[in-house]
Amino acid sequence: MLETDTFKLHCFQTLTGIKFVVLADPRQAGIDSLLRKIYEIYSDFALKNPFYSLEMPIRCELFEQNLKLALEVAEKAGTFGPGS
Amino acid sequence: MSRQANRGTESKKMSSELFTLTYGALVTQLCKDYENDEDVNKQLDKMGYNIGVRLIEDFLARSNVGKCHDFRETADVIAKVAFKMYLGITPSITNWSPAGDEFSLILENNPLVDFVELPDNHSSLIYSNLLCGVLRGALEMVQMAVEAKFVQDILKGDGVTEIRMRFIRRIEDNLPVGEE
Repeated sequence: MLETDTFKLHCFQTLTGIKFVVLADPRQAGIDSLLRKIYEIYSDFALKNPFYSLEMPIRCELFEQNLKLALEVAEKAGTFGPGS
Repeated sequence: MSRQANRGTESKKMSSELFTLTYGALVTQLCKDYENDEDVNKQLDKMGYNIGVRLIEDFLARSNVGKCHDFRETADVIAKVAFKMYLGITPSITNWSPAGDEFSLILENNPLVDFVELPDNHSSLIYSNLLCGVLRGALEMVQMAVEAKFVQDILKGDGVTEIRMRFIRRIEDNLPVGEE
């Protein structure tokens, strides 16, 4: 995790070598569980879409929708909860 | 069968009959398309590989297993977690080679072959070869090159179905693994 005054950069690396990178407000909590949730969303809406090719940019609407939802949830939860 | 963001208590169960029928339709269509068993076996392996490279992420995201330290751990995870999760069966692990780089998965029953009988003109067809591809693809994504092949098959009159897994080497290069 990289930290500056204006943001924190969180990185989650899977056993398959995929890296999920999240840039967040330094005070934002719950990023670890957000990263895991994003992994699940990726494995669902990107990988289970047979028309998505591995390594390519993800242009799957369902993926983006669900990602957006997860970010909103994390944002709401993070401002009230204790630091993770 | 699309999943909502918050599945909650929504049931994920699908009829295993539909699964058996779907797989059967796939194999018979391949037999019509390719006309010889060896080509069908290769196609099943390729398809399995493409499934495996995607399935591994779902598996890792959902099962929370950590990195395996050796091939024995890998074998355990495959048999006790992965097979259970995806096929609802727990194969047993036997016949370890002295070097610890080969083992067998013994499947007492195989959901893919419920109700299936192999006709005489398809005696060299490896009906469930998809599974070998899946194993190969999934393990390749976690940097292990393996060989998986059926050495016994209930469909061919053997008592059990046996998949022999052989560790070839660790994959060190970080080139992206594509689909075949």
